[in-house]
Amino acid sequence: MTSSFRLPDLGEGVHEAEILALSVSPGQSVREGDIIMEIETDKAAVEIPSPFSGTVSELLVKVGDMAVVGDVLITFTTKESATTDNSAAVPDTAAVDTGRNQRPVPASPSTRRLARELGVDLHEVTPSGSGGIVTKEDVESHAAKKTDSEPATSEPEPGPPQEPAGMQPATGRTGLPDFAKWGEIERLPFRSIRRATANQMTSSWTQIPHVHCQDNVDITRLEAFRQKHKTEIEAAGGRLTMTLFAMKAVTTALKNYPYFNASLDLQAQEIVLKHFFNIGIAVDTDHGLLVPVIRDVDRKSIKELAVEVDGAITRARAGTHSREEMQGGTFTITNAGALGGSQFSAIINHPEVAILGLGQGRMQPAVITDERGRDEIVPRLIMPILLCFDHRVVDGADAIRFLRLVIDALEDPDELLITMI
Amino acid sequence: MGDMEMNTDLLVIGGGPGGYGAAFRAADLGFDVVMVDQLPRPGGGCLHRGCIPSKTFLHLAELILDARGAKRMGLGFAEPHLDLSAMRAWKERVIDKVADGLETLAKRRGILLVQGQARFDSSNSVRLEGAEYSRIRFKQGIIATGSRPLEIPGVPLMPGGRIMDSAAALMLPDIPQSLLVVGGGYVGLELGSVYGAFGSRVTLVEREDRLLTQVDADLVQPMQHRLSKLMTDILVGVELTEMQENDEGVDVRFTLAGKSERRRFDRVLVAIGRIPNSDDLGLEHTGISLDTRGYIKIDDRQRTTDHHLFAVGDVAGGVMLAHKATREGRVAAEVIAGQKSGFDARAIPAVVYTDPQISWCGLTEREAKAGDIPYVVQKFPWKYSGRAQTMGMTDGFTKLLTEPQSGRILGVGICGRNAEGLISEAALAIEMGATAEDLALTVHPHPTLSETEAEAAEIFQGSPTHMLPASK
Repeated sequence: MTSSFRLPDLGEGVHEAEILALSVSPGQSVREGDIIMEIETDKAAVEIPSPFSGTVSELLVKVGDMAVVGDVLITFTTKESATTDNSAAVPDTAAVDTGRNQRPVPASPSTRRLARELGVDLHEVTPSGSGGIVTKEDVESHAAKKTDSEPATSEPEPGPPQEPAGMQPATGRTGLPDFAKWGEIERLPFRSIRRATANQMTSSWTQIPHVHCQDNVDITRLEAFRQKHKTEIEAAGGRLTMTLFAMKAVTTALKNYPYFNASLDLQAQEIVLKHFFNIGIAVDTDHGLLVPVIRDVDRKSIKELAVEVDGAITRARAGTHSREEMQGGTFTITNAGALGGSQFSAIINHPEVAILGLGQGRMQPAVITDERGRDEIVPRLIMPILLCFDHRVVDGADAIRFLRLVIDALEDPDELLITMI
Repeated sequence: MGDMEMNTDLLVIGGGPGGYGAAFRAADLGFDVVMVDQLPRPGGGCLHRGCIPSKTFLHLAELILDARGAKRMGLGFAEPHLDLSAMRAWKERVIDKVADGLETLAKRRGILLVQGQARFDSSNSVRLEGAEYSRIRFKQGIIATGSRPLEIPGVPLMPGGRIMDSAAALMLPDIPQSLLVVGGGYVGLELGSVYGAFGSRVTLVEREDRLLTQVDADLVQPMQHRLSKLMTDILVGVELTEMQENDEGVDVRFTLAGKSERRRFDRVLVAIGRIPNSDDLGLEHTGISLDTRGYIKIDDRQRTTDHHLFAVGDVAGGVMLAHKATREGRVAAEVIAGQKSGFDARAIPAVVYTDPQISWCGLTEREAKAGDIPYVVQKFPWKYSGRAQTMGMTDGFTKLLTEPQSGRILGVGICGRNAEGLISEAALAIEMGATAEDLALTVHPHPTLSETEAEAAEIFQGSPTHMLPASK
């Protein structure tokens, strides 16, 4: 008779979603497969088809609500006689003591509460108390060790989404002053892309020891090359941007320095080298920062890439991109140049190992030594470039070599073409 | 009565220990709480039909038995005079006092109390019957509707009839000449004791082959011995075949050891268990699922399968005890407030308020054997306790179940006077992961019954003070 539509499991690591649009209203009849709502998860909008045929009896969410996997969103009246729902996909919650057949670990109730709060399994803690009793201090030091050594890829907890430390509001009050005392304020929900970005940045900044290398690239010749070929690329439906050249140059550098195309798996104590080159492009959109991933950059021509990147950026700005499009990157490029930015720093897109930043190319006086050894000051188009890397995986010397390779390729289009072969 | 609708953050259905435990905690955590109950005042079955009224009468029963027992110590009393209407009024005053307190606590916390029967018409709203509001919409809900006495199939309980459930028996309609108690669980034993002390000839029948089937047999034995003097008959392995109420009494036919017997009683108390109040809640309009026995399925955070609805207390299964419900209610409120709370108690103490009392917590020998958990037992008989001697209560004992090597305390069972008060130390010891050594090294005041716990722990150490070690 009554069927409940629950927020289905949306894939690995996704626990909640924002309701973007509801396409049905109470009393409306729907057929299985009809789109009933649009939700946003992890920076991507997804249309949800109805698993039932029937009449909508009640909408339990409204646009803008956050829903957790398993929440009932819509109830339907269906013709089938039994009460059903789509909850099969909802995982059962694990018990507090993982492994019911394990004997309880001796620990006081307050210690057990602390363990629950810190997400510590008491069975894994080395006890210091007499006869194997686990103390509060044992739990605390175990939790500290865990955060030191464990990347954010720890097993997702069912229910509330796991957020990196520093993203969790302190229980109780916010600890912020009452800003309204000093003037008018507005409080906005911290959700969706803004929150996903905050999560990602917090785990990156708190887990990765970042090091930056800055340099300048003389792109006078590359810019001339770009101007020359711009129209033919446009004719093919793409845009020939500095980012494209950077993608190609980076891919060559990644092939030479594979540790920059890697991820650190602390749990397994291994470095994961990736034999594919998927480059993420940071895109500024009205709804926030998105990083569509361009796959197999090494196997695509500049023209193909120009079309593909342009399409990805358009979709990201329109919000029509898919979740899959945002996943699987091995390295990220962020280009602040188009917006007029010059020097800046960047945060690595965790769990990648490095990120390349481009500033705006500006005409600057440069010293050129001609073939007869005479120095001369000439106006050149100079672009700031930066490489930010994870010092756990790679060292400064390799970073400089990596960046040098990218710079050399960008300074000389011939060199770039040669390295691409 | 009207068509008024109300909105709230949190709706708590049921005003018993689970419900008010949840409501109070949630209000303290900053929630806007409405608590609905069918009864006009908070407290639930515990306050109005169970724990509190039964203990009021059990206290009087204990006074009678103690006065009687004082005779052999040289102190004689006249036979007690029972003024039933005054006793009923006393019980009502006790209930009123406690309800006053609960109401004040709820009001001062800003909790709105609504009387009425709530039934879900969706996952986020209930319809109310017999209330000033017709509908309440809520963001999250806690179901704490408790349980009710199970009836014998085909034996209807009429209001004012001779066949009573525990709630009717606590109305103390009269002191019947003869009373049949059906059920050898704690309700039957306690209320049977009350009526026995008040002067009824009590026959207690139990279908299983022993009383208090969930309790270790050795703990039951001294209680059963004493109770067999207070009651006319305690019969186990009894199968009831017929029960007929008429003007003269209740005609009961049962089989015992293959023989069919027929007896007439003035009244019958049916105390054969309790069933969860989950059937008339409109749960079909929610995503909640029930187990085969009608209990609401929950996880260790009290969440039902409909994740913004929580269930606590009897309706959520497990042991049907008020203190367990209260803790569960507090856990539910904390989880709703976003805390990483969970129900992980290792020792939920249980007390049977007979004379002598029985209490236990943590592991029982039955569970240890069933679960193949290694344990050793230390038993300290109360005949070695000076304090028990002064009270003439020497037939009880205190026993510990400990882990063989570490001496970690796994379970404690007590049979004797004030077992209710002694069990909390055991619960703390188990929750803290204490060992027999910890308990033995904790200085206990002399002379008290609490010493028996330390002495039992000293047995594990091989050197109890007031009895000889096993080697001597």
